[in-house]
Amino acid sequence: MAKLTLDDLRKKRAEAQKSIYLREGEFRGKITVHMGTCGIAAGARAIVAAFLEELGKRGMNDIMVTTSGCAGLCSKEPMATVEMLNSPPVKYGELTPDKARKIFKEHIVGGTAVAECALGLGSERGS
Amino acid sequence: MAARRIELMLCTGTGCVAGGSFRIKQALEEEIAKHGLADEVSLVPTGCNGFCGQGPLLVALPEKIFYGWLNTEEIPFLVQEHFLKGRPVKKLMFTPPEKKEPIPLLGDIPFFRKQMLLVLRNKGLIDPEKIEDYLARDGYTALEKVLTSMSPEEVIEEITKSGLRGRGGAGFPTGVKWKVCRNEPKTPKYVICNCDEGDPGAYMDRSVFESDPHSVIEGQTIAAYAIGAAHGYIYVRSEYPLAIKRMQLALEQAREVGLLGEDILGTGFSFDLEIREGSGAFVCGEETSLIHSIEGKSPEPRQRPPFPAQVGLWGCPTVINNVETLANVPVIILRGGEWYSQIGTATSKGTKIFSLVGKINNTGLIEVPMGITLREIIYEIGGGIPDNKQFKAVQTGGPSGGCIPSSHIDLPIDYESLKEVGSMMGSGGMIVMDEDTCMVDVSKFFIQFTNDESCGKCTVCRDGSEALLEVLTRISNGEGRDGDVEFLEELGLAIKDASMCGLGQTLPNPVLSTLKYFRDEYEAHIREKRCPAKVCKNLIAYWIDPQLCQACLICLRECPAQSIYGEKHIVHVVDQGKCTKCGTCLDVCPPHFGAVKKLSGEPVPVVERGVRVERKKKPKKGAQEEVQV
Repeated sequence: MAKLTLDDLRKKRAEAQKSIYLREGEFRGKITVHMGTCGIAAGARAIVAAFLEELGKRGMNDIMVTTSGCAGLCSKEPMATVEMLNSPPVKYGELTPDKARKIFKEHIVGGTAVAECALGLGSERGS
Repeated sequence: MAARRIELMLCTGTGCVAGGSFRIKQALEEEIAKHGLADEVSLVPTGCNGFCGQGPLLVALPEKIFYGWLNTEEIPFLVQEHFLKGRPVKKLMFTPPEKKEPIPLLGDIPFFRKQMLLVLRNKGLIDPEKIEDYLARDGYTALEKVLTSMSPEEVIEEITKSGLRGRGGAGFPTGVKWKVCRNEPKTPKYVICNCDEGDPGAYMDRSVFESDPHSVIEGQTIAAYAIGAAHGYIYVRSEYPLAIKRMQLALEQAREVGLLGEDILGTGFSFDLEIREGSGAFVCGEETSLIHSIEGKSPEPRQRPPFPAQVGLWGCPTVINNVETLANVPVIILRGGEWYSQIGTATSKGTKIFSLVGKINNTGLIEVPMGITLREIIYEIGGGIPDNKQFKAVQTGGPSGGCIPSSHIDLPIDYESLKEVGSMMGSGGMIVMDEDTCMVDVSKFFIQFTNDESCGKCTVCRDGSEALLEVLTRISNGEGRDGDVEFLEELGLAIKDASMCGLGQTLPNPVLSTLKYFRDEYEAHIREKRCPAKVCKNLIAYWIDPQLCQACLICLRECPAQSIYGEKHIVHVVDQGKCTKCGTCLDVCPPHFGAVKKLSGEPVPVVERGVRVERKKKPKKGAQEEVQV
């Protein structure tokens, strides 16, 4: 590697910062994909992959993608809950990777929940 | 590239590595690959997390779930349950002693809550073997600022304003040291990082090297700029192979991108560093000995003044700073001396790293603001003493420090307060002792250490430590005489006065401080031939209470000296003549019998051999204990 100038150092630092955002712990929203055995069998892994791909493509670093156990409504799997800061969580069911991408674009990026895929407002814990 | 959803920060500091964290790393990688999670979950080997008592450990991000006491067998379950299915695994989380529910999140664990991380700002958050990780956490921003917008005088001014004092133990103001060196007309000048950490139970400097080597390089480069040095050394003991490996790698990376070497960042400033390994002599932590060691001479101290800042390595002006001192520098430059000086007490600013070890529930490495009390450290961060035992004393400053008794538990910690009570800051070892610790034995241990490590140049240190050791050994053997205590005191003070370097000047501290606070224990050893903590082997006896013995044969079989007589239904008796006082019988006697007793200072009751046992019925759950003959 060539010796860095001041500008190079700053660029290199900014580049490096992109890769460690999970460690900074500041998130604007959270996507929880339900990954019980039922969810995985229904294709939840592909849903996770679709969300992560969208996230990576946009270089967004303030959205957390996480998984949780079975939500109890096994017939509607794969399911995901989207929680954005200062708005109630929205639960989506019967997802496909395409629906996941649409939810990402419209809800996470755009800020409007995708009504056609939503099972309802609130998480199973109530809110 | 798709984003990742989980980062596993696996501790690979020396402690966790010894516990098998490299094997755990391999197991994790295999399981992650098996489930096809490699694109979603990444594994980051970090330096010391600090909670060493729970190692090997990892923290799962982004939620920051803390998992401890890992072993390879648990890994498949952990990966499947948590990282695939999203169900955090309770049984691997931290559960405080005597509590039932685990604490899942790192931030909620009391051990981490009262800490303030300046030096350890990157601990557990970066891979120490990647310069990119350090850069991402604002690494080398302070160096950039110094080289582009500050004069050397301004740098020194900022450090002086911060109130930073040497973290190696003596607490000399860092800014003053740098200024003296800068003002010396002679060139070249050198800057040395002192990582010759030798106190028993202390591992702060090693951990900084292992978890964040670039922070030391950055601090040292700034120091070089401030004093006008073009070359520096890192002096580290060869017993720290992992620390040396990571530092070596960090130096190569810094050189490769031009953060070390000629014309750094195109600013015209040049500086380079090399590692010198010491062979682990304790005295090399003393700066003039360290210089002699780098010069290839025998590591003996010399008279000061002149101080190394005036006449140091190869006779040139040299600044020697401790690892922790240097790692503080980038923080001070970035956030300002003014800001830094608001942390801590009137005379001691900033934070201090301590290694909290001994009889304490949460052992590990902690960074706390100066002025925190011993009580906060021991009971809040440390979680108290195991098995509900009484806190007796804490030894700070290693072999040069003293024992602080429980009566001083509300002492706010800084350089001056520790000195006032007869101890010192030292490099930050903190050994907690409970009621089962004998203070004569503790003194003997430390004097044994300093006696071994005395370089032998000053008679009073070399032979004085020998004489102290002889008397202490005699006292703990039960052969103490009248006048011994006075002798220890007089000799201790003489060694302090007449020794040339810090080793001799401080080595009597463990004796003098225990004499000050625990004189009655010395008296008990000497006059009553009794060891109150029941530790000194010559003064204790193991005895089986015939009323309680159930003749279960366990101690009889386990006794390595075969000194227990008895048989089934026949009360067991220790043959005092053959007993080696290893304590195995006490350890193995079932707690609900509790028949083995430790005695000291009283005659051992004679028990007739061959007596049939009085059988005790096992108490039923909930029922009062009944004894049937």
